[in-house]
Amino acid sequence: MQAEHSIKKKLVVVGNGMAAGRVLEELFARAPDRYDVTIFGAEPRVNYDRIMLSPVLAGEKDFDAIIVHDDAWYAKHNISLRKGEPVVAIDRAQRTVRTEAGDTVPYDALIIATGSKPILIPVPGAELPGVVTFRDLDDVNAMLATAAGGGSAVVIGGGLLGLEAAAGLATKGMKTTVVHLMPTLMERQLDPNAAYLLQRAIEKRGIEILTAANTQAVIGDSKVEAVRLEDGRTLPADLVVMAVGIRPNVALAKDAGLEVKRGLVVDDHLKTSDDNIFAVGECVEHRGQCYGLVAPLYDMAKTLAATLAGEEVAGYTGSATSTKLKVTGVDLFSAGDFSEGDEKDEIVLRDPSRGVYKRVVLRDNRIVGAVLYGDTADGGWYFDLLKKGTDVTKMHDTLIFGQAYQGGGAPLDPVTLVANLSDDAEICGCNGVCKGTITQAITARGLTTIDDVRSGTKASASCGQCTSKVEALLMATLGAGYAAAARKPMCKCTDLTHEEVRGFILSKELKSVPAVMQELGWKTSCGCSSCRPALNYYLLCAWPFDYRDDPQSRFVNERVHANIQKDGTFSVVPRMWGGLTTPDELRAIADVADKFKIPTVKVTGGQRIDLLGVRKEDLPAVWAQLNAAGLVSGQAYAKGLRTVKTCVGSEWCRFGTQDSTGLGVKLERYLCGSWTPHKVKLAVSGCPRNCAEATVKDIGIICVESGYDIHIAGAAGLHVRATDLLGHVATEEEAIEHVAAVMQLYREQAGYLDRVYKWVEKTGIEKIRAAIMDDHEGRRALVARFEASQRAVRRDPWAERAAGRELHEFMPLAALNIIMPEAAE
Amino acid sequence: MNAISERSDAVLRTAMPQKTADFWFDVGSLQEIPVRGSRRVKTPRREIAIFRTANDEVFALENRCPHKGGPLSDGIVHGRKVTCPLHNWIINLDDGEATGADKGCARSFPVKLENGRIYLDMSVAAAP
Ligand code: SRM
Ligand SMILES: Cc1cc2nc3c(=O)[nH]c(=O)nc-3n(C[C@H](O)[C@H](O)[C@H](O)COP(=O)(O)OP(=O)(O)OC[C@H]3O[C@@H](n4cnc5c(N)ncnc54)[C@H](O)[C@@H]3O)c2cc1C
Ligand code: SF4
Ligand code: FES
Repeated sequence: MQAEHSIKKKLVVVGNGMAAGRVLEELFARAPDRYDVTIFGAEPRVNYDRIMLSPVLAGEKDFDAIIVHDDAWYAKHNISLRKGEPVVAIDRAQRTVRTEAGDTVPYDALIIATGSKPILIPVPGAELPGVVTFRDLDDVNAMLATAAGGGSAVVIGGGLLGLEAAAGLATKGMKTTVVHLMPTLMERQLDPNAAYLLQRAIEKRGIEILTAANTQAVIGDSKVEAVRLEDGRTLPADLVVMAVGIRPNVALAKDAGLEVKRGLVVDDHLKTSDDNIFAVGECVEHRGQCYGLVAPLYDMAKTLAATLAGEEVAGYTGSATSTKLKVTGVDLFSAGDFSEGDEKDEIVLRDPSRGVYKRVVLRDNRIVGAVLYGDTADGGWYFDLLKKGTDVTKMHDTLIFGQAYQGGGAPLDPVTLVANLSDDAEICGCNGVCKGTITQAITARGLTTIDDVRSGTKASASCGQCTSKVEALLMATLGAGYAAAARKPMCKCTDLTHEEVRGFILSKELKSVPAVMQELGWKTSCGCSSCRPALNYYLLCAWPFDYRDDPQSRFVNERVHANIQKDGTFSVVPRMWGGLTTPDELRAIADVADKFKIPTVKVTGGQRIDLLGVRKEDLPAVWAQLNAAGLVSGQAYAKGLRTVKTCVGSEWCRFGTQDSTGLGVKLERYLCGSWTPHKVKLAVSGCPRNCAEATVKDIGIICVESGYDIHIAGAAGLHVRATDLLGHVATEEEAIEHVAAVMQLYREQAGYLDRVYKWVEKTGIEKIRAAIMDDHEGRRALVARFEASQRAVRRDPWAERAAGRELHEFMPLAALNIIMPEAAE
Repeated sequence: MNAISERSDAVLRTAMPQKTADFWFDVGSLQEIPVRGSRRVKTPRREIAIFRTANDEVFALENRCPHKGGPLSDGIVHGRKVTCPLHNWIINLDDGEATGADKGCARSFPVKLENGRIYLDMSVAAAP
């Protein structure tokens, strides 16, 4: 060992970035004289803090402020710094490296620290001047030069780099648009809730964000002029920044024959497949993992420096990483695994008035992930608990409030908790109402319900998140005198009722599921199988053109447009408009039943034919064949219009007063396809003998000599109830108009899964009668809204799926027929 | 001593083990399963449901609910759970256990995700 020190070993470093800089620092701290160091950097400058390029772009820092090692530092450590000299080849046999200029330098030990390269998406025009990436100072200077002339910038990629670039360019006065392929920003670091808040914050700076947008081409003659998206939109651009990801820079290592997978493969001591060559930083792959952040490379640098210094070290085992976005005014932190959770393994805290969202994900009582938005003070604390794998059982109930809240006694029940608050403690953040104001109002004005408090004090009137606190206050103040009203929260994810949620969706213009959950303070991160379908319906009903339906929030029947049966097969029910059919339709049904060997053909209680026992894979073909005969989906699965039963009416029957069959057909054609809170069934009878059983339907029409009696709120299922008479109209047109108005009012007001009769009983028939029969303008407005929403759905779902839409629903992912080798038996 | 794969009329993809000791079969790409969704993989011995959660984790369970055999692949996926489409039992995706008061277990199978592709361990999935 001593002898070796007589001539110093030659250490050559390729790449003068953050990892290399840290290794040298650590090495000189341990063994200042062990090596003669030569370092090659492709960039014509000293080592700087690359992550600070974002503040440099935003004009918050200048280059001098982000230098890590200046020339004097290299001189002090006798390092031969070769700026602007890329290494182009490694000769492992001779142990030399060759530079671009042709110089050859020998090494005893070599470190490869070449970082990574930005990915350029391979679209036409990607090579045009004006298209830049965001990796080094030259890129920043290019962006700043363009930004000085104003104009528009398009940033492709809504991850950390893209958003930091966009924020910087917008600060410099460019009209900036971010184009992101995925539906939510920073999808790898954030859950959709935090992404929603982030998007709102970025948009507030005047930056436009297009999600689920795929770039098709960059357009321009001699320089970039615009970006074209796959959906045909064209965005003018004087500058295009590609920030879609990075790839380990391994070309040099690969050419030298080192083992390379996604990155340059190293062991726990950062050694490559060659004993004399080490690698560190973003270019490496360690235990299958490549990193794109600095924390891991600092860990790696420690291990490598110790190894080079001749110390016995335990080795590097990988790093947990956390992310913060460096955009001034945006507080965001994420770490670890935050897969979708549920009440058991996640804790969620939302404060809509402050725009705060916090979520900690647990597994076996240990933190495995955290996402914080708006208040990130405890990010480091959670990350520490995560890395240490601390058992958090004891602090479970206060964990989400942060480190400052730890060490208190047993958690209190909500009533005691509010009772203990001081009078000036704020209860409602949105309207700034404190406890004293509420208790005073309760006692002085004799308020007894949540609604009283809402209208009397404004507390809980905006986002509703403090509803449970207000309720606890009522209980604490009135004691036994408070009879908890029949308020039934939607589900365990919220304290709000269905009706309240619907109200807020409209008044606050909430147009997506994350928006509803954040602004209304949902207690879980992603809802549950009970609230998700309800929210999907409410949003669809409120914003028929803006909201995109979420099939994954629908029951299988509505997803595949057929009814699941006990053995996993499906039933298919074509529409028979008003119960009418033709010989051709019957023949088509018979042919389909034969061809697909459908075991049961049955006449339903709803006047049509059910084909039972269809294999899922056969559904598209069955529909295609039924479609060809003019048959469309009967929506026997839908929370929507099911059947319109009719009797024969005036066309044949000796007692018939009106054309009940014809009206039934017209109604079914007009109303079908619409989504409703629950299923809707109609019937039209030609006279009061009522052969179509109209008085036990959601909406029933009884024809009489003088016109049409409109009935609503019948039921004949779990609960039997005769209809209430809504009113009488003279003409068929009026009958149709009134029915459509009832449909729309039901769509807009009823809680999800309330049949018409439940809604009528909750609302009161008088109110509904006033809205439909007496308020003529209101009725016409309802009809107009109904027709507008129908424009969005009047397509046959079967035809769309027979044509290939959502094929994944019907086809298995794979079908394997394997005979396993004997060894496996 | 050989492994063969065959096309049936529903086959979208067939796969063969790379080495004899390697029973990880590529059954498709993650993109082919909707987020919070599921697809079936048919094997001679059983049908297997592959689930994808909101955070791109994958799980594999026998496509039979422990209650009355409902096709779990048709359920609603929420968190690391799926609600059976027939009678709403809620099944854990990671171990196939029914949750709450319900008792029963759907068999789970080793599955892994690599570079966006899903691999199923057929030495387990095809075993009795
Ligand atoms: C097929 C059919 C039985 C038949 O062979 O006749 C039927 C079959 C089912 N009915 Fe029904 N109902 C059928 C007419 C009825 C009727 C009679 C009618 O429509 O005139 C009623 C009473 C009228 C009413 O709705 O008030 C009826 C009241 C119910 C109920 C109770 C609803 C309630 O709120 O009380 C349910 C349960 C539910 O919806 O939650 C139900 C649920 C079902 C389900 C969807 C059960 C399920 O979830 O799997 C069955 C689907 C089988 C399938 O795949 O087709 N079915 N069901 C009838 C289809 C009619 C059609 O052509 O679309
Ligand atoms: C704008 C921006 C913001 C960032 N923000 C953050 C953040 O907030 N938090 C975080 O943790 N990380 C952030 N990062 C990532 C972080 O900067 C990297 O993880 C880190 O720089 C990687 O260090 P490295 O040494 O492996 O690679 P680099 O720092 O890229 O260094 C590699 C160097 O090698 C040189 N080189 C390559 N090939 C050769 C060759 N053949 N010969 C000679 N020299 C060569 C390159 O020119 C480069 O200078 C950010 C990155 C950027 C670009
Ligand atoms: S009454 Fe309706 S739900 Fe009950 S078994 Fe018959 S079809 Fe099924
Ligand atoms: S078969 Fe799954 S819940 Fe009954």
